[in-house]
Amino acid sequence: MANILELQKVSKSFDNELVLDELDLEIRENTFMTLLGPSGCGKTTTLRIIGGFIRPDSGVVLFEGRDITNLPPNKRHLNTVFQKYALFPHMNVSENIAYGLKISGKSRDYIQDKINYALKLVNMDGYGKRDVTQLSGGQQQRIAIARAIVNEPKVLLLDEPLGALDLKLRQDMQYELIRLKNELGITFVYVTHDQEEALTMSDTVVVMNQGYIQQMGTPESIYNEPENAFVATFIGDSNIIDGVMLKDRLVRICGVNFPCVDEGFGTNRPVDVVIRPEDVVLDEPGRGQMDGVVTHLIFQGVHYEMEVMAGGFEWLVQSTVMQPVGREVSLRVDPANIQIMNKPESEDEEAIVLDV
Amino acid sequence: MKKFGKALYIGLIFLFLYLPIFTLVFLSFNDSKTPSSTWRGFTLKWFREIFSREEWIEALINTLVIGLLAAGIATVIGVAASVGIMAISRRQRIVILQLTNIPMVNAEIVTAISLVLGFALFGISLSMGTILFAHICFCLPYVILNVMPKLRQTGNVAYEAARDLGAGPFKAFFSVVLPDIMPGVVTGFLMSFTMSVDDFVITYFTRPVGINTLSTLIYSQQKVGLRTSMCALSTLIFLLVLLVLLVRMFLTGRTAADKSTNGGV
Repeated sequence: MANILELQKVSKSFDNELVLDELDLEIRENTFMTLLGPSGCGKTTTLRIIGGFIRPDSGVVLFEGRDITNLPPNKRHLNTVFQKYALFPHMNVSENIAYGLKISGKSRDYIQDKINYALKLVNMDGYGKRDVTQLSGGQQQRIAIARAIVNEPKVLLLDEPLGALDLKLRQDMQYELIRLKNELGITFVYVTHDQEEALTMSDTVVVMNQGYIQQMGTPESIYNEPENAFVATFIGDSNIIDGVMLKDRLVRICGVNFPCVDEGFGTNRPVDVVIRPEDVVLDEPGRGQMDGVVTHLIFQGVHYEMEVMAGGFEWLVQSTVMQPVGREVSLRVDPANIQIMNKPESEDEEAIVLDV
Repeated sequence: MKKFGKALYIGLIFLFLYLPIFTLVFLSFNDSKTPSSTWRGFTLKWFREIFSREEWIEALINTLVIGLLAAGIATVIGVAASVGIMAISRRQRIVILQLTNIPMVNAEIVTAISLVLGFALFGISLSMGTILFAHICFCLPYVILNVMPKLRQTGNVAYEAARDLGAGPFKAFFSVVLPDIMPGVVTGFLMSFTMSVDDFVITYFTRPVGINTLSTLIYSQQKVGLRTSMCALSTLIFLLVLLVLLVRMFLTGRTAADKSTNGGV
């Protein structure tokens, strides 16, 4: 697979504040790529640079190997689905969808066919004559998607398109978007701050913070093998514990030696250890690797969330089995579920974590 | 009692506001050469008299031509200016908007005299052109005042969507932004037109001898003595302005109704 889009050393600042710092990004053809990060991390700026709405201060944007850095948005073969839909209120549904096709001078029959096709694709058959201002948020978003894809872009940019929808609708639309992506066979570049959305839909997730890419990979690798504390805390809940890597495959946490699967950190090296709360198994006292006492308990629907004081650390634990506050328990972690990370190298990186 | 007091109060206010105008309208149909309070029978001859005298027709045409041209040109310039003002940084925008507001609160006589001095400075002799220029000047802030809030409400996002779908900057503006801000543009135009038709002070100073609009003509006539035909003329001006006001109310009322039906989204 070739790269359809490439950003090389792209920097951008607003009012002397650096938003993107020499960002490099390669987007492969026919992938669903998500830029994920907290607000202000530079993800929307990146998308707007790709769309042509912002010109980078320096750096190059390549589309199919061609430099498009200075091309205006109307000259780019990509379309955007905007956060607030951005439908044209004085046009009906059909006219909105036809807008791009009319500009490119398509025939009336072609446009009509395309409108029907697009409405079917987004499950809005028969809505052509409707006033866009009388549609619900979810329906407006579908029309916005239809309006973008009739132009047959090679890349569809989506800027938090589900942000304004309620939870249930958002989940439905996530499946819908995956289906659309597979049916159209084009590249999706999706921006969101919602980690669940990113994990559900993407082939590739790019975690961004403070203008830098923190980690890039499949949803599984991002979740299971976070490379730094920012990624670990931003994606899901985690226990991040100080530890010492005694040797390959053995880490000391809170005075207890835990077998793990990581290698190559040397001997007696201080590290950060990430353990997901659902990977901590609770058992009868004495049966696990470390004894402790339950200090908090919350019911969260799918599971119970408990805090367990053990070895001087408050462990976050998620389990479908409830243990009441005050009960003595023992915890155990499967070696494969222990993720070792290097300690942050500078104060700067530390500050990134504290910001969250 | 309290209710009665309220009704009386508001009744008095409207009486003061509208009684003189109704008197004027009433008297313009009175069959008497000078406006007197004695009723001598209904007639339309004063209206006929206005349209039978050349200088009056000329003044009427001048008023309408200047009004339409000034409002039209001010609207084009004002819309372009608003788009520009939207694009600059927030701090600069606030300064510029304040600057465009000053002419509205400035005393008309000051505006009038400074315009005349300005024309003199550049050696421009007074003509229809100078009246038109002056009218465009004082209409401009009203256009910006009406267009800016609409533009701000529309925001940049529709424009960007149009650009994204392949429209060039001008195509995007005319096909997407302009229809959206149209209510503001129309209101700005109508407001400018009424301001222009209404104006006396600035017109009086910037006109050359021999060219009159309705207001300056009435003023020059009343020096000789008030005639009923002038009441008829004033009635016509009043009706014209009333008509524009009603159109504006109808238009803004309709967009407001649109908004309320869209409120559910």
